[in-house]
Amino acid sequence: MSAVGVSALLAIPLVRFSTYPLRRRATETDWSDVGPVDEFNSLTEPLAKTITLERRDAWQTTSSQTAVYVLPSKTGQFRILSPICPHLGCSVRWEGTQDKFICPCHSGSFTAGGQRIAGPPPRSMDILESRVEGGMLKVRYQYFRQLVSNKEVMA
Amino acid sequence: MTNQPSPKSTGSPNIATKLDDWLDQRTGIDSILHETLDEPIPGGASWAYIFGSGLLFLFVSQVITGVFLALYYVPSADHAHTVVSYIVKEVTSGSFIRSIHAYGSSGIIILLLLHIGQTILYGSYKGRRELLWLSGCILLALMLGMAFTGYLLPWDEKAYFATAVGTNLVAEVPFIGPILQKLLRGGDQMGTLTLSRFYVLHVFVLPAMIIGFVAAHVFFFRKAGAAGPIREDPIKPKLPAVPFYPRQVFMDAVFAVVLIGILAIIAKAIPMSLGPAANPADTHFLPRPEWYYRPAFQWLKYLSGHWSLMGGIFLPALLALIFAGAPFLDRRLERRPRRRPISVGAFVIFLLAYISLGIASYRDDYRDPGMAVQMHKQDEDAKAFMQKPFVPEAAAGSPVAALAAADPKVLKGLAIFQAQSCNSCHGEGGIGTAAAGPLTGVGLKYTDAQLIALIHAPNSSMTNGGMTPVTLKAEDLEALAAYLDTLR
Ligand code: FES
Repeated sequence: MSAVGVSALLAIPLVRFSTYPLRRRATETDWSDVGPVDEFNSLTEPLAKTITLERRDAWQTTSSQTAVYVLPSKTGQFRILSPICPHLGCSVRWEGTQDKFICPCHSGSFTAGGQRIAGPPPRSMDILESRVEGGMLKVRYQYFRQLVSNKEVMA
Repeated sequence: MTNQPSPKSTGSPNIATKLDDWLDQRTGIDSILHETLDEPIPGGASWAYIFGSGLLFLFVSQVITGVFLALYYVPSADHAHTVVSYIVKEVTSGSFIRSIHAYGSSGIIILLLLHIGQTILYGSYKGRRELLWLSGCILLALMLGMAFTGYLLPWDEKAYFATAVGTNLVAEVPFIGPILQKLLRGGDQMGTLTLSRFYVLHVFVLPAMIIGFVAAHVFFFRKAGAAGPIREDPIKPKLPAVPFYPRQVFMDAVFAVVLIGILAIIAKAIPMSLGPAANPADTHFLPRPEWYYRPAFQWLKYLSGHWSLMGGIFLPALLALIFAGAPFLDRRLERRPRRRPISVGAFVIFLLAYISLGIASYRDDYRDPGMAVQMHKQDEDAKAFMQKPFVPEAAAGSPVAALAAADPKVLKGLAIFQAQSCNSCHGEGGIGTAAAGPLTGVGLKYTDAQLIALIHAPNSSMTNGGMTPVTLKAEDLEALAAYLDTLR
């Protein structure tokens, strides 16, 4: 009897302890600089740019690097794509010679605008929020849920 | 055997007998040895029976090498890769021990395939051996779990990306998928908590479960008795039984020596390589799992839309269920493979499908020129990384780190270093990557003025390596040089 009592007493905090990440509050994602706008005005094909992200990783804040794709724009309206494949999250590559984005894992493919063409990915590549501020193109980097046909921000 | 002094013991047999008696009265060792060694095998010992004990042997080898690797390992995203490269490059025999451990996992999978294949062909899951089979199925799952969790621990490029893909697959499980994924990763993204969770699973939880289920597996095996040759009745064997010791013990021991010999030769000849540290910004890396997961990886290519749930989760689950249910579905006592076309046929079909999917996966990679080039580059990167000398981390609180924190000019230099994406080639903190050499120590080789000149107008060997001239304001260049100075 007492053994059951003791284990029950410990079991609840232990479960809560190990499932803590489920309860952790998501941190707001900040805007990151992609580069001066002039750099992108004359793009003819998607350009991979590395951005720096400040991210909280457990007990540390780390600044990590991530790539995004800046799409060419005629009207000065920039579109930025996340390189993460909506299938299982591999990094999608731009293949200039074929004028396509291709995912190296299970051969998903997308048009130069990020529209899904073929393969296992359930949706097109994800567009990230972007804006121009003081001549600087900025992006809000977010992660989206994989394997679903709608774009859902991961909490 | 049990009543005779062992030939190794020195001194007169009299003392040995006395010692044996003394020990036996207190421990019952003789009856334990009798229990362990005199297990009757219908039809006698055979080389066909060595796989089970070979598996046990390899598992013990994994435990031992794993415990030793843990002497140096640190399960944290910012240290894991450094300590593994420390083990491989600095610690005596480090590369050898790590290779034995890493290749040992492949060895276990191969033996598992043989052990299971034999059990199916010989029909030795029959005759009240359901629990024996089920405990074996759980052991198979646990071993696959060990392989999956161990793959991440070096935190190099392939470990990181393969696990990112693998854990994304978990999210596809109906209803609880997303929660399960978050639990496994310790958050939404891969990071330190993912690593520590995988570490805890790999070194505490799964091994403890494996030991428990191995004990159950052996217990059930002893309870049911060895099934013997194919013609044998699995419940009441007619062939005369020969004890396990000495012939079978000898064969098992020979096999163990062969196994460790093969592992040692491979570990010496082709040491397991470690790639450059995980870099989530890399959009070129092609994640590929270990060879035994390749067929599953290839399978996913053929599934899109609704099929991904069907084929990715339901079909494997159904196959696993049928597999686990084999002794319940195939109840006849007939054991000869030719008279059991369904079970043997199903297994052969599965095996053929598994092998062809695996081959297709490798073929796809080598056929596509773009992929082949990148795969080759990844191998080269790993080789190049292995050749570089070990670079220790600057610990938080060390002079280098403290200086960077204190001097605003250095901090500014660091910001420029990152803003100019210098770190995407030269690595965080200038430790060097496959793309470009380390910058550690350049401050000792050059004066600030020389550094600024080189950054502004790189020399030919630098431009050949892909370095482009950096045009910045004079004060920014000074800050950059001040930062480079701190890299030791
Ligand atoms: S992850 Fe991109 S196609 Fe599978």
